[in-house]
Amino acid sequence: MTAHDPVPTRGFTGRARAADRDPRLPPGQYDARDTWPVLSAEVTPRLDAADWTLRVGGLVARPRTWTWAEAHALPPSRYAGDIHCVTSWSKFGVRFGGVSLDTFLAGAGGPLPAATHVVAYAHTGYTANLPLADVTGGRAWIVWEYDGEPLPPEHGGPARLIVPHLYFWKSVKWVAGLELLDHDEPGFWEKNGYHHRGDPWREERYAGD
Amino acid sequence: MTETTSGAFVPPTAFAVPGRIAVNEQAAARWQQGLITEIRQETHAAATFRLKVPDWQGHLPGQHLMLRLTAPDGYVAQRHYSLASAPDGSGEIELTLDHVPGGEVSGHLHTVARVGDTVEVRGPLSGFFAWPGDRPALLLGAGSGVVPLMSMVRHHRRAGLTVPLRLIVSARTRADLIYADEYGAETEVVLTRAEGRLTARHLAPHLGAGQPDGGWEAYVCGSNGFAEHASRLLVEGGQPVDRIRIERFG
Ligand SMILES: Cc1cc2nc3c(=O)[nH]c(=O)nc-3n(C[C@H](O)[C@H](O)[C@H](O)COP(=O)(O)OP(=O)(O)OC[C@H]3O[C@@H](n4cnc5c(N)ncnc54)[C@H](O)[C@@H]3O)c2cc1C
Repeated sequence: MTAHDPVPTRGFTGRARAADRDPRLPPGQYDARDTWPVLSAEVTPRLDAADWTLRVGGLVARPRTWTWAEAHALPPSRYAGDIHCVTSWSKFGVRFGGVSLDTFLAGAGGPLPAATHVVAYAHTGYTANLPLADVTGGRAWIVWEYDGEPLPPEHGGPARLIVPHLYFWKSVKWVAGLELLDHDEPGFWEKNGYHHRGDPWREERYAGD
Repeated sequence: MTETTSGAFVPPTAFAVPGRIAVNEQAAARWQQGLITEIRQETHAAATFRLKVPDWQGHLPGQHLMLRLTAPDGYVAQRHYSLASAPDGSGEIELTLDHVPGGEVSGHLHTVARVGDTVEVRGPLSGFFAWPGDRPALLLGAGSGVVPLMSMVRHHRRAGLTVPLRLIVSARTRADLIYADEYGAETEVVLTRAEGRLTARHLAPHLGAGQPDGGWEAYVCGSNGFAEHASRLLVEGGQPVDRIRIERFG
């Protein structure tokens, strides 16, 4: 809850804009157009694809780990659409290629009935928490391609998670695995004051929003 | 710092740099009016804006806030800005903004805003880049990336801290150097047009045998290009990766 409606700022008109705001833009966001800002808080790891692995563990029927080659042998899936960062930029019509997270979950025998949440974690140790429902049903991917090219290291390459319907800090770069839990456990930014869910359309930026 | 409770999931991966402090969630959620009480030109491109925020809950050096501007038709633009001032309980805070060419928010503040105007702010935000003044700190900044680091330097002086603090700040030329008159013995300035960018040579005296007991907490702030370069130099110089905190301005 933000306590009051925005108060007009003397003399501020804002950037020239179309009469109708682009319907793809959630509240408080602006269009970053050709830029793709990098905001990670840790040192960008030099991680070879050959050393990359993805583990799906915790409350699944058969916890398992995939290598780069094994992950690439899975049926490919793409995301084409928009992404939204909590720092206020959005980017329209981006294209990522990889494998649906549903495919990895199925490969681990599927979630056990008790599973309600996941912690996604990076090879750097960065973490983000997500309700299981936000990463199943075709809403999350493990991706290694951006615009048909290998995903650059500073954007999470060799591979990252994307959960594009939530603010992008949930889309863990250099993803190493997902742990399914029977409860919610705050991740890196969530412990640092960020919202637990992070829905851009409800402007869930910080705890208390 | 919110420590994880026992039995919490710990990823098998190494680092997970913990936040330095617990964040006040109520302060972070509330928009407050900030009255501009002073505008000081720092360089040809950067200016400091002093805001009176009567209910400011206090901050730690390194934290930032969200600032928003609202047009008559309700259109809103909001951006993050680091706190430049040290925590001082005065109910006033300072921000230093680069005038980004064509920038919507920095452009307004640099060309339209004047003393007596109000803007809205919420914060302080994020405990990750905060420095409570407890551990030795090695600060690397470039351009307006020096802003949160200056808050640390000011806090160190104001509170008379003795914990080691070093700042290496780079700017294109002396004319581009923000806070040029304020640096003391703790600071080394790198002027990149004349001497080239930051190198391992600048860091070497502080790393290895040159580091204080218990080592440094390193804070890196600036553009993504600078952050990538400086953090890489730190790692190559032996600074542990889990003791490097990076704030990228995007
Ligand atoms: C944690 C954090 C702390 C920060 N602290 C500071 C600080 O202390 N000091 C500081 O100066 N900055 C800081 N920044 C950067 C700051 O948040 C803004 O990104 C910066 O001020 C630029 O915002 P702007 O509205 O002026 O420019 P924007 O309007 O965002 O534009 C940025 C650039 O993109 C171009 N552009 C983007 N969209 C359009 C469009 N639709 N039409 C035309 N042009 C466009 C602009 O011409 C401009 O060159 C910080 C950022 C972060 C994330």
